[in-house]
Amino acid sequence: MGVYLVQFLSGLASASALFLAASGLSIIFGVTRVVNFAHGSFYMLGAFFGYTFVREVGGGAIGFWVALLLAALAVGLVGLLVEFVILRRLYKAPELFQLIATFGVILIVQDAALWVWGPEDLLGPRAPGLTGIVRIFGTPMPVYDLVLIGVGPLVLAALWLLFNRTRWGILVRAATEDREMVGALGVNQSLLFTGAFVLGSMLAGLGGAIQLPKGGADLLMDFGILAEMFVVVVVGGMGSIFGAFLAAVLISLLNTFGILIWPSGTLVLMFILMAVILVVRPTGLLGRPESGGHKTEVGVEQALRPAGPHYKIFIGLLLALLLAAPLIVEEFYLVLITDVLVLALFATSLHFLMSTGGLVSFGHAAFYGGGAYAAALLVTYAATPFELALLLAPLGAGLLALVIGWFCVRLSGVYFAMLTLAFAQVAWSVVFQWSDLTNGDDGLLGIWPSAWASGTQVYYLLALAISAGGIFLIRRVVFAPFGYGLRATRDSNLRAAAIGIDIKRQQLAAFVFAGAMAGLAGGLFVFSKGSVFPDEMSIPRSFDALLMVLLGGVDSLSGPFVGAAAFTYLHDELITFEYWRLLLGLTIVALVLLFPQGLAGAAKHHLGRYLKLEAGSAGRAKQADEGRPA
Amino acid sequence: MLTIEKIHSYYGQAHILSDVSLSLSPGEIVVLIGRNGAGKSTTIKSIMGMVKVTQGSIRFGGDELFGEPPYRIARRGIGYVPEERRVFARLTIQENLEAGRQPPRDGAPRWQVDDLFDLFPNLAEARHRAAGTLSGGEQQMLTIARTLMGNPGCILLDEPSEGLAPVVVEQIIKVIQQIKGQSLPILLSEQNLYFASLVSDRAYVIETGRIRFSGTMRELEENAEIRQQYLAV
Repeated sequence: MGVYLVQFLSGLASASALFLAASGLSIIFGVTRVVNFAHGSFYMLGAFFGYTFVREVGGGAIGFWVALLLAALAVGLVGLLVEFVILRRLYKAPELFQLIATFGVILIVQDAALWVWGPEDLLGPRAPGLTGIVRIFGTPMPVYDLVLIGVGPLVLAALWLLFNRTRWGILVRAATEDREMVGALGVNQSLLFTGAFVLGSMLAGLGGAIQLPKGGADLLMDFGILAEMFVVVVVGGMGSIFGAFLAAVLISLLNTFGILIWPSGTLVLMFILMAVILVVRPTGLLGRPESGGHKTEVGVEQALRPAGPHYKIFIGLLLALLLAAPLIVEEFYLVLITDVLVLALFATSLHFLMSTGGLVSFGHAAFYGGGAYAAALLVTYAATPFELALLLAPLGAGLLALVIGWFCVRLSGVYFAMLTLAFAQVAWSVVFQWSDLTNGDDGLLGIWPSAWASGTQVYYLLALAISAGGIFLIRRVVFAPFGYGLRATRDSNLRAAAIGIDIKRQQLAAFVFAGAMAGLAGGLFVFSKGSVFPDEMSIPRSFDALLMVLLGGVDSLSGPFVGAAAFTYLHDELITFEYWRLLLGLTIVALVLLFPQGLAGAAKHHLGRYLKLEAGSAGRAKQADEGRPA
Repeated sequence: MLTIEKIHSYYGQAHILSDVSLSLSPGEIVVLIGRNGAGKSTTIKSIMGMVKVTQGSIRFGGDELFGEPPYRIARRGIGYVPEERRVFARLTIQENLEAGRQPPRDGAPRWQVDDLFDLFPNLAEARHRAAGTLSGGEQQMLTIARTLMGNPGCILLDEPSEGLAPVVVEQIIKVIQQIKGQSLPILLSEQNLYFASLVSDRAYVIETGRIRFSGTMRELEENAEIRQQYLAV
């Protein structure tokens, strides 16, 4: 009896920190329509700041709580900086750029935290005066947990008052419904956005700080909490703070009881809960359907045209050059180009999903890694020959995409994106935790191709054939009736449905196809490296793919290849530095701010200008440029 | 007091307004009349800074509004009542009014929540109801009241009679006349000549983004040719 009650209370205690962080995410998204991916980083910073402030000023009970509030304030300042320097310039940009920019912030914060606080996990300080335990029916329970239980409802009440009893809160709620109208009534939206962003950041920081005595501070907190927050927001209902509270409680209870019942399966339980709720109530527990039919926009896409003669010649030359590469360059570079080819196929599959399908996935690495693991597991446990394993990789990834996609296509826009990220994190955790099967962090080793394909040159040519074949197949699909239907679905759900397209089915098919193609890339990857680790499924890998698409430009079909090449180059250059994440993060932020059309888009723009001067016609490049919203 | 000179406006690539000029004097109600898609709403949104204006001048009082963001234009004293109402559906009536509140300004009538509830008794009864549950007519009243909370020096009223029952339109006419009684000038956009003739002093006829006629309401009513060419459906 006591055990269960204590477990129940301890679940409520964990819910508080999660609720604080998730409500902050919800507020920021409601007002600015930006999904702040750096929100997990703000939570982590809250914990680290809290650790430092408690040591510096945390003498006595009052000092401890003051230190936690200072930590929240400090994170609020970081939020202010992020909003002011980066996001403010991107509110009118397509969502993808905002997300990539906040991802850049994640990388910057990771390395900054590593630099300031070092790589060791920090043990949280104990709260003075609250270090004892109470016995509930004989089972010990930390007093601090009881305090935490109160914090969640307290903050919930404070937020309710703020949003219902103050003018600022009313304006925030109004802006959540119709930002433009609020501006036309004389309200300075920039200030409102900044305020909401700072408030949300502070809530995340406070969440990270109050859980210090329980969980301490470490560098892996950011992605862990991010996925949980997304689940909370999706389960609780979009934009409902009370829903977020309910969902946080529900998920925390599930976690604490799950540990009693099925210690290694808590993530799976969370997954099942989320699935059940989404099937019964697609808008979440307390969510209402989005009023404006909000959609993720990747940018206004130009009408796609089949390749013109110039483009075909360009592609032909590129292919010829790639074919001739083994004769020209050293093996070292061949390995590098193999990487580019693999990543190009991976990025193209995501690009297809995003631009043709209008479905922005933040968890695409689940299928890349899924394909890699499918092949590796087949080789390790079933002694499957290389050729068959490579064929089965896309099949395995496609099956995974079928399961995940079946849930995800029920949502749209950023909620779709959040859910894909959450599922990808679950997939990663399964691979990471199920070490009997996957060897966990040690990875699966010795996954090599058959003798005939094991030479660098032969494998390079094989990768070229498969990658180019995959990319052509994807392009073929874009121009097939299926691709037209998909684009119709992307542009208008209702109209597409009215002409007889089964929207969900169409989107699921696209999701599975893109997943399978990513899995094919993953299969190529695992045999080129001989091993696979959980990293290949992780959130950063998903972002690598998004980054490649972004670098290449969302509008151009050849973009992903350019993006993959640029990414590989960038990665290779930066990895030699100790703080390469910091540099990569800064580069990402700079790129997003400087080249909102991606590298290929920017090149096309400048080339277009040049051609216009020379020949007086650069119609397509110019159109592509001017078609963007101002 | 509000003077627009030769503005050109765009939606993305599309050139919507060409060379539009008009003016509004103190205490005056002026109608901008034309068919669907003629450019009425675009003109109003151009004044509010909500669409891209590439050239021309928009002056109010002594201030140039061209290129200013919407919130600054609103703060200069231009009150905007959008078409399709755009109430904040999940906020209560009272909260909707609160969202519109701006400090009083010299030379413009001052409105308090209670004044507005006197003007719109229906709203007073339902002040704690979510605006989304109101009827179309009540929502139209609410958007007008919300704009008046900003104590504007002039009002842009975009198609207030659209989609409303005749009895509601009559109420709106009364409200417009009462506002006029406070010598608050109104620029009205309208498709309905009859409605326009009941409240307006002067008229501009707009068609495919150009002003085709300007004169007193009476002159427009007497000019069958213009009416036939630009207003007949």
